[in-house]
Amino acid sequence: MNVFWSDWSAIDTWIVITAALAAMACALPGTFLLLRRESLMGDALSHATLPGMVLAFLVLNAATQAGWLTPAGMTAWRHPALFVGAAISGVLCGLLAELLQRWGRMEPSAALGVVFTSLFALGLLLIRTWADQAHIDPGCVLYGNLEMVIADPFGQSGIPRAVVINGAMLAVNATLLLLFYKEIKLCTFDRDLARSLGIPADRVHLMLLAMTGATVVAAFESVGSILVIAMLVAPPATALLLSDRLGGVLIGALIVAVVTAFGGHLAALALPVMLHRWAGAAEASSVSTAGMMAVVAGGLFLTTWFLSPRYGLLRQRLDQARLRRRILSEDILGVLYRLEELRPAAVPGADNASLAATLSVAPWRLWRALSRLTQRGWIVAGGQGVILTPEGRKAARDLVRSHRLWESYLAKHFVIPDRRLHTLAEAAEHFVGPKIQEALAEELEQPVRDPHGATIPPSTAS
Amino acid sequence: MDPFLFLESLTLAETEWARVLLLRDYNTRIVLCGTMILGVASGVVGALMLLRKRALVADVASHAALPGIGAAYLIMEAIRPDSGRWLPGLLLGATVSASCGLLFAQGMRHIRRIKEDAALAITLSLFFGMGVVLLTWIQSLPTGHAAGLNEFIFGKAAALLASDITGIAIAAVIAVSVVALLRKEFCLLCFDAEYAHAGGWPVTGLDLLLTALVIVITVVGMQSVGLLLVVALMVLPPTAARFWTDRFDPLVWFSGGFGGAAAALGVLLSALVPKFAAGAVIVLSGTFLFALSFLFGSQRGLWWRYRAMSAAQRQIAIDDLLRACYEILEPQLGSIEELTEKPLTQAALLETHRWSPKRLRPLLHRAELADLLRRDSQGNWRLTADGRRAAIQAVRYHRLCELYLIHYADVPLLGADRTADAFEHSLRPEILEQLEAMLEAQSPRFSVPANPHAATETVARTPRPEAVS
Amino acid sequence: MSDPSSPLSVHDLTVAYQRQPVLWNIDYEAPAARLVAIVGPNGAGKSTLIKALLDLIPRATGEVQFFSQTYQQSRQRVAYVPQRTTVDWDFPVTAHDVVTMGLYGRLGWFRPVTRAAKRESLEALERVGLADFAKRQISQLSGGQQQRVFLARALVQQADLYLMDEPFAGVDAATERTIVGLLQGLRGEGKTALVVHHDLQTVNEYFDDVLLLNMRVIAAGPVATVFNAENLKRTYGGKLALLDQVGHQMVLAGRPQ
Repeated sequence: MNVFWSDWSAIDTWIVITAALAAMACALPGTFLLLRRESLMGDALSHATLPGMVLAFLVLNAATQAGWLTPAGMTAWRHPALFVGAAISGVLCGLLAELLQRWGRMEPSAALGVVFTSLFALGLLLIRTWADQAHIDPGCVLYGNLEMVIADPFGQSGIPRAVVINGAMLAVNATLLLLFYKEIKLCTFDRDLARSLGIPADRVHLMLLAMTGATVVAAFESVGSILVIAMLVAPPATALLLSDRLGGVLIGALIVAVVTAFGGHLAALALPVMLHRWAGAAEASSVSTAGMMAVVAGGLFLTTWFLSPRYGLLRQRLDQARLRRRILSEDILGVLYRLEELRPAAVPGADNASLAATLSVAPWRLWRALSRLTQRGWIVAGGQGVILTPEGRKAARDLVRSHRLWESYLAKHFVIPDRRLHTLAEAAEHFVGPKIQEALAEELEQPVRDPHGATIPPSTAS
Repeated sequence: MDPFLFLESLTLAETEWARVLLLRDYNTRIVLCGTMILGVASGVVGALMLLRKRALVADVASHAALPGIGAAYLIMEAIRPDSGRWLPGLLLGATVSASCGLLFAQGMRHIRRIKEDAALAITLSLFFGMGVVLLTWIQSLPTGHAAGLNEFIFGKAAALLASDITGIAIAAVIAVSVVALLRKEFCLLCFDAEYAHAGGWPVTGLDLLLTALVIVITVVGMQSVGLLLVVALMVLPPTAARFWTDRFDPLVWFSGGFGGAAAALGVLLSALVPKFAAGAVIVLSGTFLFALSFLFGSQRGLWWRYRAMSAAQRQIAIDDLLRACYEILEPQLGSIEELTEKPLTQAALLETHRWSPKRLRPLLHRAELADLLRRDSQGNWRLTADGRRAAIQAVRYHRLCELYLIHYADVPLLGADRTADAFEHSLRPEILEQLEAMLEAQSPRFSVPANPHAATETVARTPRPEAVS
Repeated sequence: MSDPSSPLSVHDLTVAYQRQPVLWNIDYEAPAARLVAIVGPNGAGKSTLIKALLDLIPRATGEVQFFSQTYQQSRQRVAYVPQRTTVDWDFPVTAHDVVTMGLYGRLGWFRPVTRAAKRESLEALERVGLADFAKRQISQLSGGQQQRVFLARALVQQADLYLMDEPFAGVDAATERTIVGLLQGLRGEGKTALVVHHDLQTVNEYFDDVLLLNMRVIAAGPVATVFNAENLKRTYGGKLALLDQVGHQMVLAGRPQ
C-alpha cells in the first residue's frame, strides 16, 4: 500500500473530493428514483443530455463567428451554456417520455427507451457532423474528465471548478430535500394519498425530475456519464439494504457515496500497479477513475447484499441454520420427555442410534445437537444413553405443553383426522412462545388432556 | 444563396445521388445489406421484448457486454500477441459477459427490497464500469491499440465488411427462425405467463431463450451501430409498429420491417451526406418512422384519434342541440309533424341546456350549415325536415339509454338524465337493438319512447337528494 | 386413501408467503360432476388455494392429486380461468386468438395453429355468445365479455375439472347468466368446476357444493347441509388470532431478532 500513499498528491485529493461531491449530489435524488422504481431514468437522462450540450456549443460557436461574442467571452460562457443546453434536453427527455406514455398509451420503460436513444443518436450525429471542433469527445462524455479537474480552477482560487459546481448542486439538493422532506416522502410512498391531502404530487414529481436532471448535468462534465449512472442507483440501493427508514437510507447513501469515491480512486491507482507487479503488465498503464468508481459502487452493493446484518444472504443462511439447530435440539428434548412419560418405570433415556432413527437426522448433526444440549446442562449421559436433567425436563415439558395445546387448538378449529394432528403440531410447537401458550390455554379453557388423551403438562411458568 | 449556384450544385450532386441510390457503390451495398438484416432481426426480437414488458433489457445487455470484449481481448493477446481483435473471440466474450450481467440482474430478484428496475440499473452500471476500466487500461498499454474495441461503443456501420455480414446474417437467421418456430409459445408467454405456466409451458426456459436472442442480436449489432444504438433498434421499431396493428403476428413482422426500413433509410442518407455517421442516422431514421407512426399510425395514431374524438364531440353537441329543440317544442305539439312549424327562440335554448351564448352561437351556425335548422323572418329558429328527422333520432336514442339505465343499471332516476348524456353516444348498436325491442312495449307517444321523467313525475319529486340530506 | 374417481384431492396443503402460512393444512376431496363454490372472506386464501393447486406458487407441505395423478400428468384434464385483472388487455391479440391459446397445449411445440383449432375456438366463442366479437382486439370488449373470452379459452381445453378464479367479479347480468348456464352444461357432461365466488346470495342458486375457506377449511360439502348460518359465522368471524400469531412467529424465527 505504501506505494500509493507516497504518490498521493493534492491532485488525488481533489479528484476524490470532486467525485465524492458529485456522488453525494446524485445519491439524494437517486434514492427517490429508486423508491419510485424509476432507476433507469439516470441512464436515460445521462444519454439524453448530449444533444443539448452539443447544440449549446454550436450556438456559442455561431455567435462567436458572427461577432456577437469575443473568443474570451465564449470561454466564459461555455460552461453555463453547456449546463443550460444539457438541462433543457434532460427535462425534454422526461417530458417527452411522459407525453408518449399519456398520448401513445405506451409502457413507461418503452417510452423512455424511445426518447433517450433517439436523443442520444441526435447528439452523436450533431457531434460527428458539425461539432468536430467542439472538444466534446463522446468518449470524454462517457468516462468524464476526473483526472483533469485540477486543470480547470474556479476563478482565481485554487479550487477546481468541478468541486464548486458539484458542491453547489449537493447543497441545492440537500436544501430542497430538507424543505420538502415530508411532501417528497409522502408523494414517493403514496401518490394518491398525497394528492388527496392537497399536495401537488405532479409538481413534486417534476421537481424531483428537474433535480435529477440538473444534478446529472452538473456531475456530467467532471465525472462522466458512467459514474453518474452508477451513483444514482448503487449507493441508494446499498443503503436500502442497511436501513429501514428513509432518513437512514438517505444518510447511508451519502456515506456509501463518499466511500465509493475514495475507494474507487484508490483502486484506480492500485490496480495498474498490482497488475504490473503480479501480471507483468506495463508499468505506465492506467485505468479510468470514473469506471473504477462505478465498479467499486457495484462491489459495495454486492458485499452488502451478502453481508448486510439485516437482509444479507449470509445472515439469512446463518439464521436458517440456527433455526434448524434449535428445532433439532427441541425435538430431542421432546423425545426424551415422551419416553419418560411413556415408560415411567423403565430405564430412562435413549441412545444415539434410536434418537437418530426417531428424528431421522444425520448422526453428525445429532451428535452436535447432543453436545450443545449437554453444554447447556439440559441433558447428561446416563440411563440408556442420555437423560434429561431437571432443567432440561422443565424446558421439555414446556415444549410438550405447546405441542399438545396446539393439537387441541387445531382439533377445535380444523376438520383434521386425529392421527395427523401430531405432525402438524410438530411443525408449529417450536414457534409457540410463553405468551401464545398462555393465550392458547385460555382460549381452550385450561385443558388437561389433548385430543389423543395425553396429559397436557402444566405451565412451567407458574 | 444564389439560385443558380444552388441549381448547379443539384446537378452536380445528381450523379452522386444516382450512384448511391442505384447502389453502384460496393461499400454501400455491403453496409446496406448488413444493417438491414440486423434491423429486421432486432425489430422482430424487440417486438417480443416490448410485449414481455422488458423493453430496456437490451440496454442492460449491451452495456454488460463491454467487459467481456475487454477481457476477451486481453486473454487473446495473452495467448498470442496481436490476435486480440479476432472478432469471433470478441463476440464470444461479449456474449458471455452480457449473459452474466442478465443472470446477475435475475439473481437480484431474490432481494425483496430491490425492484426489477433497480436490479437492471445496478447491473448496467457495474458491468459498464468494469468495461470502461478494462478498455481504458487496454488503451493505456503500450502494446494495446484499443481502436478496434471502441467501435463496440460507438459503432462502425460505415465500415462494415463482407465478413461481418456473415456473422450478422447467421445471428439474424437464428433469431428470426426461432421466433417463427415458437411464435405461439412466445405469444402465450407475453400475454399471460401465469396461464402458460399452469398449462405446463416452461416459462423460465422461454424467457431465457428470449433473453438469449436479445443478447445475440445485441452483441452482433454493437459492432455495426454501437452499444446504445442497437438498443434503439430494439425499441423503436416495435413501438412504432404498435401504432399500426392490434394483432400479434403483424406486430412482430411490421416491427422487423420497420427495423429494416430504418436501417436502409439511414444507410442511404449517410451515404448521401458524407459527414453523417451511419449509426446515428439509422437510429434517427427509426425515430422518424416512430414519430410518423405515433402521429398517423392506423390503430392508435394521435391524428386519427384526435380526428375521431373531435368529430364525436361535434356530433354530440349537435345531437344535444337538436334534442333541446325537441324538448322545448314537445309540450306544444299536437303531432310529430308539427315539429318543423314551431319557432324556437335563442333564449329558450339557452335556458334548457347549460350552454353559454358563446358556445351556442357557433353551434347554431353549424346546424344551419348542415341544413338542420333555419332562421325564419322574425329571427327565430326552426327545424328543417332533415333537422326534424335527426332530432327525433337523437331524442329516441337518448330516452332509450335513459330507460336502459333506469331499468338495468341500478342508476337512480334523478341521475339518469346526466348519465345518459354521456352514455348514449358510446352505446353499441347491438345493445341498442336489444333495447329498442325490449322497450317497444312502453307505448311511445310518437315514434320516440315516452319521457321516463314524465311517467314517474310524482315518484321523482319526493326523494330529492338535497331534501333528504 | 383417496377415492380414485375424485377429480381433485388435497392432503395437508400448507402454503406460505415469505414463510407466513396463508393456508393451513388444507384437506379436501372434490366430488365429481358437481359445481363447487369456494367461499370465504377477503384474504382467506381462495385465489392462493387455486394457484397452489396448479403449482403456480410453491407449497410448503402437502400433496395434490388430480384424478389420482400429479398435476403434471393430468394437465390436459384441468383448465384454469385466472382473474381477469391478471393480464394486460392492451395486448395485441383478438378474442379469437386468446381462445385459441387454450389449444396450444394440445397442439404441442413448434406446430403452427391449425385451421381445425381455429374452428374449434370459434365454436367455443359461439358457446359464450361472442362469435360476433371474434375479430375484436381484446381491449375493445367489456369486462363481462373479457371474462367470457377467458371462459371460452378454458372450454376449448375440454378439461374434466375447471378451476375458476372469481369469474363473476365485476361482470354484467348477461355474462353472469351465460357463465351459470355454461357451468350447468359442464356439470351435465359430468365435469367438475371449482369456482371462487364472492356473492353469498347466489351460492344456493348456482352451486351444488361449497367449500368454506378461511385460511383453513371451515367446512365442505353439499350446499344444503354445509351452507348454513353457523358455518358462515365461523368462516367470516375473522381470522384466528392465534393461528396468525404462530404464523408470524414462524416468519420472525428466520429473521434477526
